[in-house]
Amino acid sequence: MIELFGFLLSGVTVGFVYALVGIGFTVIYNSSGIINFSQGEFVMAGGMSTVFLLKAGLPLGVSFILAILITSMIGIVLYKLIAFSKNSSQISLIILTLGFAIFLRGLAEVVFDKELHTMPSFVGDGAFDMFGTVLTYQSILIMVVSIVIVVALYFFFKKTKTGQAMMAASINVDAAKLMGINIKKILMINFALSAAIASIGGVLLTPITSTNYEVGIMLGLKGFAAAIIGGLGSPFGAVAGGLVLGILESLIAGYVSSEYKDAVAFVALLAILFFMPGGIFGNTKAQRV
Amino acid sequence: MLKRYNINRDILTLSAILIIVPFFFQNDFYYEIAIVSLLNSLICIGLNMLMGYAGQVSLGHGAFAGLGGYIAVILGSKYGITPLFSIFIAVITMAIFAFIISKPILRLKGHYLAMATLGVGIIISIVLNVEDELTGGSDGMSVDSFTVFGYEFNSSLQWYVLCAILLVFTIWMFTNLINSPFGRVLRSIEGSEKAANSVGINVSHYKSIVFVLSVVIATIAGSLYAFFSGFISPSEASFSHSIELVVMVVLGGLGRIYGAIIGAVILTILPQLLTSFEDYQTLIYGAIIIFVMIFMPKGIASVYEDLKGRLFASNK
Repeated sequence: MIELFGFLLSGVTVGFVYALVGIGFTVIYNSSGIINFSQGEFVMAGGMSTVFLLKAGLPLGVSFILAILITSMIGIVLYKLIAFSKNSSQISLIILTLGFAIFLRGLAEVVFDKELHTMPSFVGDGAFDMFGTVLTYQSILIMVVSIVIVVALYFFFKKTKTGQAMMAASINVDAAKLMGINIKKILMINFALSAAIASIGGVLLTPITSTNYEVGIMLGLKGFAAAIIGGLGSPFGAVAGGLVLGILESLIAGYVSSEYKDAVAFVALLAILFFMPGGIFGNTKAQRV
Repeated sequence: MLKRYNINRDILTLSAILIIVPFFFQNDFYYEIAIVSLLNSLICIGLNMLMGYAGQVSLGHGAFAGLGGYIAVILGSKYGITPLFSIFIAVITMAIFAFIISKPILRLKGHYLAMATLGVGIIISIVLNVEDELTGGSDGMSVDSFTVFGYEFNSSLQWYVLCAILLVFTIWMFTNLINSPFGRVLRSIEGSEKAANSVGINVSHYKSIVFVLSVVIATIAGSLYAFFSGFISPSEASFSHSIELVVMVVLGGLGRIYGAIIGAVILTILPQLLTSFEDYQTLIYGAIIIFVMIFMPKGIASVYEDLKGRLFASNK
């Protein structure tokens, strides 16, 4: 029982990070219809930048914020590239984001290095004792920050003018244009926002799992699986998908086989695609092509 | 006679290029790159048929090629089956496997299809990594030499000739297939599945056939690669290999018969050329993909066709 509780806690912690990556996917997909394969590299960029800014002697808070800003700028660069290739088909845009991911990995190799890095936990290495298992402060921080981000996003989309414009643009681009919404600006904000969210995930995860230039590949794919499991197109579905995935992974690793831990995300992905293509939150957009 | 067997000018040109090119090879390394290019071209021709003609994206063909290769290799090393026969069994096994997964997978469309094939691919590569008793795990395993009826393939030239003949034969079959009623059915599916359905085409059946065909070609190329290099590792079945193949097809030009070959050859040679840049290799590789997708979204073959079109237009 205690064991189970421990697995659940660690599953939820990682699940929230998958959720953040998944939300990032959803934000870009909703606004542009593009599946962004460099999402995982945004996560990597966030973590790696923070590590190296810290090494350069900057305080933690400053490094954290700078890393988010850097990653947002990378997101904007990706948007500019996509905007520049106007008459591309879906598949060539997918390849474009794949190329961008490879480019970012190459950039990280050159600017940073190929080593594995970690950094101290933001809130100290302490932990609560909960029913015989431990809950580290860093895990609590991940959960709190993720929940704050999700709530903030909710209010942003519902209550602010920019958020409403972004929602409108995701529902019908042409109608939004006619209402005087600047689509280009909205898309740019979406890419920056998506990159920022992913980079926060990357920074939060680094003290737990450490990071290197390649860490984004798996994280990106699992975040994507989370988005689809929850129902592609819904940011809150991505949160549910991320949590389900994190918990499943942790349980399988604990009780069945730690070697097959990474396969869980993709088996779940296939199961959802075959039997509930709309995701857990069954949304009707699933068949959209 | 050429007409009768549907041998057109393009196939003769390809054959001529394949015969002339080895005269410029200075050492075995050139042959090695050429053979890998040819095998990648083979996989890409099949993948192009699936993606460019039938309009079904697959992000898992690297894994299918890798798994096919592993089956052939394991049959040979563990059960002493001759290479040719083990490749044959691998092909049959992979064809059945592809047919079984094709039904639920190809029902999906667009991004969902891409993700499902990606998922299958990654699961395959994880299994190959984990089941180390059978596959040698992440270290890979060595492969016995390739013999056909006692005739051993041990020089690069023999391999080059084998792969070149295989490529010309595949292109010849592919050209015939594309210009047959079967090819027209595929293109109608690519255009609109609903419209194809409405005129009585069993869309799901045709999609399965193309999928199986492309996996069979990938299996043959994947097993030959393992026998040629004398070694197989899970990286053959990795996500990045699958991506590499898709990039080859799109870079060369989706739905263009020779696009797949152009893409495969360029992307096989490119990393070799970039090795002199050392640390900047990945960076430049990514930048080139971005550049091509921005300025030639329809692939390199389309640029050539545009040029040809413009030249002929100005002559008139």
